[in-house]
Amino acid sequence: MRVSGLILPWAFLLATALFAVGLYWALWVAPPDFKQGDGARIIFIHVPAAALSIGVYAVMVVASVTALIWRHPVSDLTAKSCAPVGAAFTLIALITGSIWGKPMWGAWWVWDARLTAELILLFFYLGYMALWNAIDDQTTAARAAAILCCVGSVSALLSKYSVNFWNTLHQPASLSVDKAEHVHNAFYLPLLVMMGAFYAYFMAFLLLGVRKEIRARRIRNLRGALAREAGA
Amino acid sequence: MRRALGALLRRDLALALRSGGGAALGVAFYLIFVTLAPLGIGPDPAALARVAPGLVWLGALLAALLTLERMFQPDVEDGTLDHLALAPAPLEATAFVKAFAHWLTTGAPFLLVAPLAGLLLRLPAEAAPTLILSMLAGGPALSFIGSIGAALTAGLKRGGLLTSLLVLPLYVPTLIFGALAVEAAVLGTNPWPMLAIGAAISLGSMALAPVAAAAALRLNLS
Repeated sequence: MRVSGLILPWAFLLATALFAVGLYWALWVAPPDFKQGDGARIIFIHVPAAALSIGVYAVMVVASVTALIWRHPVSDLTAKSCAPVGAAFTLIALITGSIWGKPMWGAWWVWDARLTAELILLFFYLGYMALWNAIDDQTTAARAAAILCCVGSVSALLSKYSVNFWNTLHQPASLSVDKAEHVHNAFYLPLLVMMGAFYAYFMAFLLLGVRKEIRARRIRNLRGALAREAGA
Repeated sequence: MRRALGALLRRDLALALRSGGGAALGVAFYLIFVTLAPLGIGPDPAALARVAPGLVWLGALLAALLTLERMFQPDVEDGTLDHLALAPAPLEATAFVKAFAHWLTTGAPFLLVAPLAGLLLRLPAEAAPTLILSMLAGGPALSFIGSIGAALTAGLKRGGLLTSLLVLPLYVPTLIFGALAVEAAVLGTNPWPMLAIGAAISLGSMALAPVAAAAALRLNLS
């Protein structure tokens, strides 16, 4: 708790700073695209959100596996706090993608492999959160959700590699560590800053969520103790 | 252990066949779904034949989904699950047998009914054998993947809608390859790759889903 309390404001600060720098760079400094003009600028939001939508799921899977094997309560809460952020990123990726798709592809939505996989990922996040809410007992809910998360990792993997499996409309990944493959530096560098911003934002909200959950659990335990005392 | 599992399979089959809400209802639902489809789309044979491969599979998927809820829930409610957990067979094997019984009672009848549905939807007759094969290859995946969702929501009072939300995303590959196989037969191309992938999904889910389902069932043991 103390360490996370120390990191939290800095994570928020870092996220804000990176967003400010990244957005300014992406929207004003970076040159417009040769073919797409200013429309291409939406990738600075779209790509980090899409990458994080899968990245957050990966964190969730790791936390769930940890929870299932070592039964550490905080990893349950970590997985639980990941879900809303991940769902939000998935939604942002879908919405920005469809705003970009309308002028570029001529349609708000196409049934392309990656788009479909991303939409299914969104349903998965929603199902995960619904399962947490549906079961009253917190320990049972945590374990059931962890099992679901592990089962769903298959679907998240499909989403990640769908572009390589099925070569449909959506272009392959535009970022990679391999120098020869990625887009030009004028786009690459602000994109990296935006990726950093999204990561910092995720970290800040994850910490916030876990702290909230831990406090909620303490309150519940205290209430239980009070009720027992009153009964005795 | 083999005798225990055999007894469980016979019990589940008998329950499904003799009590209402078992196999017959799934088939009836499927036929009504197929009857309603032309009313929504219009009776134009060309338009129907175009969407028939998807519809015959979509109907099977929905029928499987509707019957999932009863896979584990009655056993959790009346305490049978606690006894099954005490039985010599591991819970994973129990989950496998129950999912298999679900396929025998809801999936297997579709092997007979699906060609009839195809006929109603103006699916070309040449595609009927492939349709049956695709149901045989991909159908078990519906029951076994579904057993995970059924096990996760077994302890809940109104788990039906939640089960759908949990299971439907996992059904996507099965649906895609099942429908693609039938469509390949309609178009006269080779359906075997799709059938093979459908069978692979079924076999994979047979191997893995009982483990997840058993883990979920243990949450309901008192």
